[in-house]
Formats: sequence, C-alpha cells, structure tokens
Amino acid sequence: MQIDRLSLLQKIGVYIATFCFLLFILMPFIEMLRVSLRPMSHLMTAEFSWWSEDFSFQAYRDMWKTVPLLGRYIFNSIFVASAVTVITMIVVIPAAYAYARLDFPFKALTLGGFLAVNMFTGAVLLIPLYRVLRSLGMLNTYWAMIIPGVAFLIPTGIWLLRSYLEKIPRELEEAAFVDGASRLYTLRRVVIPLAIPGLIVVGTAVYIGAYAQQFLFAITFNNVREIQPLPAGLFEFVGYQDTTWNELMAAALTGITPVMIVFLFLQKFLVAGLTAGAVKE
Amino acid sequence: MTLVAETAAPERMQRRELSERAFAWALIAPALLFIAVIVVWPLVETIRLSFTDATLGGENWVGTQNYAALFADPKFWQVVGRTFYWMVLAVSLKLIVGLIGATLLNAAIPGKALFRVLVMPPWVIPIAIGVIGWKWMYNGYFGLISGLLQEFGLVQDRVALLATKTSAFYSAIVTDVWVGTPMVTLFFLAAMQGVSKDLYEAAWVDGASRWYRFRRITIPQIMPVIVSMALLSAIWTFNSFEIIWILTEGGPRGATTTLIIDTYKVAISAQRFGEGAARAVVIVVLLASFSLFYLWFLNRVNRHYGAK
Repeated sequence: MQIDRLSLLQKIGVYIATFCFLLFILMPFIEMLRVSLRPMSHLMTAEFSWWSEDFSFQAYRDMWKTVPLLGRYIFNSIFVASAVTVITMIVVIPAAYAYARLDFPFKALTLGGFLAVNMFTGAVLLIPLYRVLRSLGMLNTYWAMIIPGVAFLIPTGIWLLRSYLEKIPRELEEAAFVDGASRLYTLRRVVIPLAIPGLIVVGTAVYIGAYAQQFLFAITFNNVREIQPLPAGLFEFVGYQDTTWNELMAAALTGITPVMIVFLFLQKFLVAGLTAGAVKE
Repeated sequence: MTLVAETAAPERMQRRELSERAFAWALIAPALLFIAVIVVWPLVETIRLSFTDATLGGENWVGTQNYAALFADPKFWQVVGRTFYWMVLAVSLKLIVGLIGATLLNAAIPGKALFRVLVMPPWVIPIAIGVIGWKWMYNGYFGLISGLLQEFGLVQDRVALLATKTSAFYSAIVTDVWVGTPMVTLFFLAAMQGVSKDLYEAAWVDGASRWYRFRRITIPQIMPVIVSMALLSAIWTFNSFEIIWILTEGGPRGATTTLIIDTYKVAISAQRFGEGAARAVVIVVLLASFSLFYLWFLNRVNRHYGAK
C-alpha cells in the first residue's frame, strides 16, 4: 500500500534502528555463544578481542563432565513446565468457561480476586508457603515447584482464555442444550473443540510463564540436585573463582535450545494469539 | 391448564438457575482451592507472622514491634525509595524501548517476519539463564562491556560494573529492561496491528505526516494496551527477584537491595520469619495502594478527556 511506503533513506534508517534494537535483545546470546566457543585459558588471560583463531567446540564436550546432571536439568525444566501447564489448563478451562458464560453470585468479586493474585509473587509469601509445602510433604519434590507455579499462573490463564471463550457464538451451545445435552457434555463436546486455537495460545503463554520463572521456587523449596530445573542447576556454578564460563555458557545454550526450537514453530500462533486475545479490551 | 403452566414455568426457571449457579461454582472450585491454599492462606499467615518474632526456634506474639522497628530504620526507607525509583525507571524504559521496537517491527520492510521472531528469545527462555549471560558481560576482567568500553577508549582500565554502587544499580536496570522489553514490544506490536487501517488512510489523504499519524492515531488507539502493560509491568518490576539476586544479591553494600531482595534476605537467608513477614506485608500494602491509585488516576484522566 502506498501509505506504508518508505523512501530508500527511511528504509535504511529503519534497518539501522532495527539492527540496534535487535542487537540489544540478542547481545547476551551472541556473547554466550562467543564465550562457549573459546578455550578457558584464552578467555581469562588475553586482552578482550572479538575474534580469535582458536574457536573450538571443546566446551560442548567438557560441559557434560563439569555439569554432570545437565541432561537431568534440561529434562526437569521441561517436565516441570509441562506439568504446570497441564494442571493449570485443567483448572483454568472450566473456570474461564464459567466466567465467560454463566451468571453466578460473586462473579465480579471472585474474578477481581483472581486478578489481584497478580500482585503477589511467590517471594512475598515464601515463609508460609514453605510451611504449607512442608506439611503437604512436598518439599524437595517436583511438586514443590509445580504447585506454586500453577497457583500463580491460574489468574492469567483465566483472564486470557475467558476472552477467547466469549467469542465463540452462544448459538452453538444453545443448539446443544435444545438437543438435551447436559452442561458438562456441552462444555466437553462443543465448547472445548471450538476453543482449540485459543487453548493452544493460552497453553503456550502459560508454558512460557512456567518455563521462564522456575528459579525462585526451585532454590527455596528444593535442594535435591537431581530434580533441579536448568536455571537453578546452572546457578550453582556461577560466581566462583574457578567457574569455567565457557562450559557454563555452552551448557546454558544447550539447555535452552530444545524449547527454543519448539517456540520457533509456535511463534505464529503466539503472535496471532496476542493480537486476537489479549488486545481485545 | 393455563394456571398450571404458569406456576410450573417459574419453578423450572428457578431450578435451572440454581443449577447454573451450582454448576458455575463447581467449575471455578478447583481454581479457588488452589488460590486459597497457595495464596490466600499464606497471605493471612504472613500477616499473623508479622506480629510475632518467629524464627526457626519458635514464635512469640510481639504486637507491632516488627513494624515499629522497620519504620524507625532510615535504611528501610532508603530501600523503599530505591524500590520505587527502580520500578519507575525500569518500567518507563521498558515502555519507551518497547514502543520504539514495536514501531520498527511494524514498519513495512522486507524481513519483518524474521525480526519479529528474533525479538522473542529473552522472553521464552528461563529469566535466570539470560541474567547469567549478563552477569558474564558485566564482569571486569574479560566481560564484553568492559572490553568494548576500553576498545572505544571510553575508559582507561577494566571496569567491573557490578562492583561499584551506581554502576551496579544501573546495570541491573539495563538487564531488567532487557528481560521485560520483548513482551512489551510484542503486545504493543499486536495492538498496533489491530488499529483500523481506515484511520491512517483518512489522515493520509488529509496530508498528515507519518509522525503526526503516530502521535495522533497510533498512540491514542493503543493507549489501553500501554496503560495495562504499564501496570502489569510495574507490579512485576517491583517484585522482580531473580535478576537482582543473580547479578548482585542486593550488593554492593546494599546498592541494589529492593524491598523484595531485603525481604528474601531477612526471611529466608537469615530466617528471621517475623521481621521478614512484616516486610512482605509492607510490600503487599504498597503494591495494592499503588495499583488502586493508578486505577483511580486513570479513571480521572479518562473522565477528564472524555475517553471511553
């Protein structure tokens, strides 16, 4: 369209600005890659330089010895995030449906209450949360990371999914009612199948939340190495005199690669979902 | 006949409505249960603990002593001030950088689809991993930033950015902005794409410049999203824990200690549960007041300008 057309000079300007913006965003990754490809001796002794002749993948081999549980950490991260996502969705789907479709006493009040949960992070409630998890026998288990994770993602999940469900035409449900279907049957067989694109978007958003924020609960409620998620597992290696940064960076990059690849495939859904869902109001 | 039908109908209606209520409550029950056990009960318990001197050893009721000690401590007010400064600065930067980023990604240039993907990584990885990368970049001996500053002759010697008070604080801000920007950018971008093309065309026909269209169409149209992102982002930034904890643990000499870091240190590291709980309650009260004030202020602005 003509209105959007940029002159050559403007185009160059936009490219330069975009480059700077993306450089800021991607710099840590570029730097982590650069570090992971250099021998430790070179990193520590030489003057800073962008390029060196001795690039090698040695760190990617050695990291398995330095961080022996790396495979476990990667698995734990994905496992915890997946479990959080599944449980959150199971809890959120019916609740979002109730808020989208049904009338009941205290509807606005309880919805407001859910949203107010966003004001707390686990960090504020750690002390009693520790006791709750201890009395439930969940300390030092996967549950210690999963259960709080679910609780703090429920409000966002309800909020996002509700706006999707509101867009599904009521007529389809009413037709099912007229045919004598029960409410539960309608929810299961009419609403959920229609909402699948929305469910994928909300599920992805919940997964990102669960995957990105595993650190606090893990370092506070769990001290079993074998079930530590990636960020908490790698944090153990940070900050010592003898930290082998090249191997640490290699491990970090390796650790985030599987999920990153999945998101590359899902990103279309995600951006489309944001446009359709979150921005509606 | 008619009489029977008339009495039967409302009864059936009522039963149906009752069952709708019951059904609705059954649907939200699991979510409510989760929140009750993991958020509400711990919150009540935190308030109770804040009036005790609880440690690992045991607890005694001490009344408002924790609060009195807290409010009498000038260091605490420093922490409060620093937390708000941290929040306002970081959120403003996130919104500005996010707005610039979204505008760039919204421009009609070849490659924009790729650029939109490239903005996502900091958002979709564990926050702590990205922060570990920043921690490396800030180090003085072989970090990238120190190296670049020397390369360009801006500093003579190596600079350990996390070692001095001012530079540590602003380094943490930069990292926080880095963590928060992609999400803000993508939400703004989504909002921009939702703005009706007709508005732009009408303005364009009238000869409005690109800058004018941005100021008078784009910004007002996406204002609801800017406003809600600002509030969400403010709450998250206020409560931001991992970034500061990994970079500096609140140091050097308290320069990056925000309320949440202070609370964690007292409650978890030092295990002085009572004093920690008092700090947690202060956080909740401050955030709740801030949110209410923000919403009230917004309401007033909206009414004043006659917005929807």
